Amino acid sequence: MKVTVDEDRCCGAGQCVLLAPDVFDQRDEDGIVVLLDPAPRPDLHEAVREAAEVCPAAAIEIAEGP
Amino acid sequence: MSAELFPMRRAPGCPFDPPPAARAKQEEGPLARVGLWDGSTPWLVTRHAEQRALMADPRVSADITRPGYPSSAPIPPGGTSISFILMDDPEHGRLRRMVTAPFATKRVQALRPAIQRIVDDLVDELLAGPNPVDLVDAFALPVPSLVICELLGVPYADHEYFQDSSKTIVKRDVSTEQRTAAMGKLMSYLDDLVGTKMEHPADDLLSGLATRVEAGELTRSEAAQMGVLLLIAGHETTANMIALGTLALFENPDQLALLRDSDDPTLVASAVEELLRYLNITHSGRRRVATADIPVGDQVIRAGEGLIMANDIANRDAEVFPDPDRLDLRRDARRHLAFGFGVHQCLGQQLARLELQVVYSTLYRRIPTLELATDLDKVPFKHDGAVYGVYELPVRW
Repeated sequence: MKVTVDEDRCCGAGQCVLLAPDVFDQRDEDGIVVLLDPAPRPDLHEAVREAAEVCPAAAIEIAEGP
Repeated sequence: MSAELFPMRRAPGCPFDPPPAARAKQEEGPLARVGLWDGSTPWLVTRHAEQRALMADPRVSADITRPGYPSSAPIPPGGTSISFILMDDPEHGRLRRMVTAPFATKRVQALRPAIQRIVDDLVDELLAGPNPVDLVDAFALPVPSLVICELLGVPYADHEYFQDSSKTIVKRDVSTEQRTAAMGKLMSYLDDLVGTKMEHPADDLLSGLATRVEAGELTRSEAAQMGVLLLIAGHETTANMIALGTLALFENPDQLALLRDSDDPTLVASAVEELLRYLNITHSGRRRVATADIPVGDQVIRAGEGLIMANDIANRDAEVFPDPDRLDLRRDARRHLAFGFGVHQCLGQQLARLELQVVYSTLYRRIPTLELATDLDKVPFKHDGAVYGVYELPVRW
């Protein structure tokens, strides 16, 4: 799995951090998404998929694969 | 045929359920014309999937000044002052980002011990005070008020003053003059406070805004507007979730017992999502206007037509939530639209979640015999509120 985030789209709702705190964080100055791990380990994949699904700004993209 | 007036009425004896007429529209299709106070006939968007898609659609605007915007009340001369929630990007994003950091998930989670202390102290006071008591005044309102005052840097000692104004602002049936006057009072209060923070900055959100005013990134009036927005949104909503949630749990004793007898944080978190899904205190819908033609099913929303996303019925959409009218604290309710969707989704949602988690996991465990001290049909519900809830909740233990 490869994860990318779009900082321009992000509205800082923080859902991704709630669901997958090891993969996502938010910038100190404006709360915009920070990608901590673009290639998360398999046991985090389900949480990352849910984070992308509930992101209100569609700012998380996932490419599934080895 | 004239379109049915929105908002619609709830059924007598069903204070937690959306109006039956709105549910009927949902069964008929994803879009239905409804009538507003001004004679306009915007679309009611009835289902979860379409609401979610439209709230995230860049062709859909939240700008209250656009022709066709389905305003819930007359817009006062000189415009409204509810800040960036009624604007589109890029202006919306520029302003929202100035206040997003203090509401970021990990920053909010760090407030848990402080919020737990506030809740514990208030429960101590409840137990030492009169019995029965009105839970709204003694607990539901003070919890979020103390938290948001701390975060913003608003003196809690002024709470009676600003709560009085904010109560007027969030009522449905006040005159434009009354609402404008209340808004003016709050604006000048916050404007003074921003001035104070410019002279004596502290470690709080308003001081952060005051710094931006001095740096020329924000006008003083924009800063005061944001303060008003965050102050109102920060306590009216959570207070109603606490009181109405407690009442819903009284009416569902098996669910109350589940919460009271568990110390599992996963169940508590799930209970918060389910109560958000079930209660829908923002029962006037999210208002938007289309800026282009948008096909939905076999219909087309035309550019310039108003849209009302009624989250109360979307959150009871059986396509997404099986057996939707059952309060089930164990269900996975995380796809609810109680906080809206799209770039306007609630900025304070992580703070609301945390406050509700602390409250729901503390109040009923510390006062296990807590119960309603009147009949359900004597509880005054906020049918006239922009935010739904109860005006009073007499409880005893």
